[in-house]
Amino acid sequence: MALLELRNIVRSFGDFAAVDGVSMMIESGEFFTLLGPSGCGKTTLLRMIAGFDAPQSGEILLDGKDLVATPPEKRPIHTVFQSYALFPHMTVAQNIAFPLRMRKIGKAEINERVKEALDDVRLSDRGGRFPGELSGGQRQRVALARALVSRPRLLLLDEPLAALDMKLREQMQLELINLQKEVGITFIYVTHDQTEALALSHRIAVMNGGKVEQLDEPSKIYDCPRNRFVADFIGTCNLIEAKVTVAGEEKMVLEIDGLGEVTARNPGGELTGSKGVLALRPEKIKIGQQIALESGENRFRGKVHDFLYMGDVTVYIVEVGEGVHIEALLPNSAAGRPRIFAAGDPVEISWRYDAGVFLND
Amino acid sequence: MPKRLLAASGIAAYLFLYLPLVIVVAYSFNDSRLNAEWVGFTWRWYKALFEDDAMLKAAGNSLFIALTASFAATVLGTMAGYALHRYRLRLLPVLIMAPLAIPEILVGVSLLIFFVAVNLTLGLLSITLSHIAFCIGFVAIVVRSRLAGMDESLPEAARDLGASPWQAFRLVTFPLIAPGILAGALLAFTLSIDDFVITFFTAGVGASTLPLQIYSMIKIAVTPEVNAVSTLLMLLTLFLIVIASRISPDSVRGK
Amino acid sequence: MTRNIGKWLISGPPVFYLAVFFVIPTFIMVLASFRHAGEFGGLAPIFLHDVRGAHLNLTLESYREYFSDFIYSRLFIKTLIYALVTTFFCLVTAYPLALLIAGSEKRHRDLLVLLVILPFWSNFLIRIYAWMIILGPQSALSVGLNGFLGMFGIEPVGLLFTPFAVVLCLIYVQLPFMVLPLYANLEKHDPALLDAAQDLGANSWQRFWRITFPLSLPGVYAGIALVFIPVLGIFAVPDILGGTGGIMIGNLIKQEFLEARDWPFGSALSIILTLGALCIVGVAAMVAGRTVKNDA
Repeated sequence: MALLELRNIVRSFGDFAAVDGVSMMIESGEFFTLLGPSGCGKTTLLRMIAGFDAPQSGEILLDGKDLVATPPEKRPIHTVFQSYALFPHMTVAQNIAFPLRMRKIGKAEINERVKEALDDVRLSDRGGRFPGELSGGQRQRVALARALVSRPRLLLLDEPLAALDMKLREQMQLELINLQKEVGITFIYVTHDQTEALALSHRIAVMNGGKVEQLDEPSKIYDCPRNRFVADFIGTCNLIEAKVTVAGEEKMVLEIDGLGEVTARNPGGELTGSKGVLALRPEKIKIGQQIALESGENRFRGKVHDFLYMGDVTVYIVEVGEGVHIEALLPNSAAGRPRIFAAGDPVEISWRYDAGVFLND
Repeated sequence: MPKRLLAASGIAAYLFLYLPLVIVVAYSFNDSRLNAEWVGFTWRWYKALFEDDAMLKAAGNSLFIALTASFAATVLGTMAGYALHRYRLRLLPVLIMAPLAIPEILVGVSLLIFFVAVNLTLGLLSITLSHIAFCIGFVAIVVRSRLAGMDESLPEAARDLGASPWQAFRLVTFPLIAPGILAGALLAFTLSIDDFVITFFTAGVGASTLPLQIYSMIKIAVTPEVNAVSTLLMLLTLFLIVIASRISPDSVRGK
Repeated sequence: MTRNIGKWLISGPPVFYLAVFFVIPTFIMVLASFRHAGEFGGLAPIFLHDVRGAHLNLTLESYREYFSDFIYSRLFIKTLIYALVTTFFCLVTAYPLALLIAGSEKRHRDLLVLLVILPFWSNFLIRIYAWMIILGPQSALSVGLNGFLGMFGIEPVGLLFTPFAVVLCLIYVQLPFMVLPLYANLEKHDPALLDAAQDLGANSWQRFWRITFPLSLPGVYAGIALVFIPVLGIFAVPDILGGTGGIMIGNLIKQEFLEARDWPFGSALSIILTLGALCIVGVAAMVAGRTVKNDA
């Protein structure tokens, strides 16, 4: 049985359907992420799991038992808030002791567990400080310690890294992964940052407009987006209008206006004549002056329309055929050479047939 | 505007604000029955004050009314402030702000008619009930602004970590808004002890307060005793306001 | 469900209190304006009992009285003029002060604002009384002024118990209500705007009239409303400083309630005052709203 099961959850505010029929199962020990742009319903969903909001219809089952009527304080679920919500009038130790006090646990045990928790997040010497005296990263760790000290079944994290700067965020991501492995508690993580979601999660639910667009492992989400929204939202992607002319068992032939025929992988079930887009990741496209054609590859000749120097890589926008623009990446491996091609240079691009996915509208 | 002109007119404005009050304080130490030329320093007007039975009685009344009214208004105003912050009630803000927005004289006369209509003898009770009515709004505003400055997720975090709604209020919300409540109480006390207009209409002949006593002295026979009692009252108010502004800086601007 | 119970438990008591001690009295006053005055003051009964049984004993007499004699409307207009003059002088006095505070260093601002607020937390009567001393016949101001006038052979003038005394004191008690909203507005102005104007060739007066003043209009309107409305109902200032010539509508209301004991007429005056103030505020808000929108 799944640890947490959501069945057809609906929650609307007036005319606006914040969560519109969401169902999912979350397994014990999982690091699960709800990913989507702001307003997609991920935070509303999280608040309903925590108990601060109730669905208008649908069920939230924890170990098979419906939680909807249970108030937040009775749920074995804790939250790390975006603002951390550390009580400013209590010391760090008192903050961490709070959930234990609410459970009427004895003083001696509280002290011992607080001490352990402080050790776990490497803040043993900060127990007597007030939250206002800590740095952002330290506050983050106190919020984690406080939410984990009473060993909940499920930990909800609402964009917990959003307030931190980039360097610290990467470091905290690693710490979060290790912490989750150590304590073995199921995490549900809410974020709008796709790189964060890809780096942290076992599984990701991509949400948009109150619905789940795709629920999969990170690599599946990235490589095999199920629709245009997912392809566009996760990473950068060339999206080229296309029409299926031949649909084979494994491969398919697409017709692209101004470019001609392209071979792509058939995700299954596509019929000749259907319209959609070809989704093509820039880093999967080779670019060179002349490229030897290998079997199963598409190759086109064109010229560099424009380029963006990004430091680690350079993005080339290549014009192929009649007015079709395709982005391709080239890592800047040679020092002191910001670019290999200039605008107007003739180039060739190519990609394997299975690098591109056809997405039906 | 040119800097110098600005500075000069600013200083003139501050002088305009303070000079009258300084004059009152100065004359309270002047050894003359007339508020005219300076004769010499004396404490005698303060001594006279403490031998004036009517004045002492009025001061006692004022203190009783202010303590009772500010206590009740703090309880009711805190509830109102919490309700304003927490719930979307359409009429509540209107009901709470209206007594503060309309001219005081209208509140005074309508309460006078009301007390007579319900056959309540005018006196300490009617004054106290009226003071509670106009202090509730001030406390509510201070408490609400304190709540608005508090992170919404703090009481939620308490609930999330196992606290009941009452525990979340007692252990998290209340300690955090306590300074606002205290500042609100001090403001209510100050407003009550200083109130003249509403008291004037709801006092009847039975009870006098310090402001009413000052009024009758001004109207009938001005003696420097008025300066002395004014100085003491100003000191008290100043003291309370400075404390309130220390506790909760925004609260004092609400008047 | 529990949420609703909590909502009523918390908002119920203050709502109940204000309903009893604010809403009901207001309705009783409205009703009182349509009743007859009692024989010995107060109000006559609402129901009359005679041979035909009980019937309502209401009248428009109080309103008829107000409109039948122009003396009352004249008093109302006079009150409006006092309020306008007071508001104007408050604005010209408060503006430089608010500019000065907003332009001073950040760490001094709170103190300077507190210094504006402190005097108006002192007792209202004391602030009026202070002007009684300053304007009194033996005061340095009166003696000096009359000495000066005497040099030109002009008769000595009394300052106390005149409309001048009333308006001066009204300006004094209302000034902070103008300074605070102006300051709150001016403080938010981006100083880069003035630098940009200077950079583009505006001198200091041009910068003020073209940039600062138009941007401060919302604060100006707020200040005008805060000063103007309370003045309409004030009775203590004219009562103490105005003498017979300086009275305002508030004095008449007070007189009807406490001396003439014609409560229906007093109530009618209160209601006319309220409606008049509401009309003025409504019109002003419309005009101000339009101007502010056009500026934005």
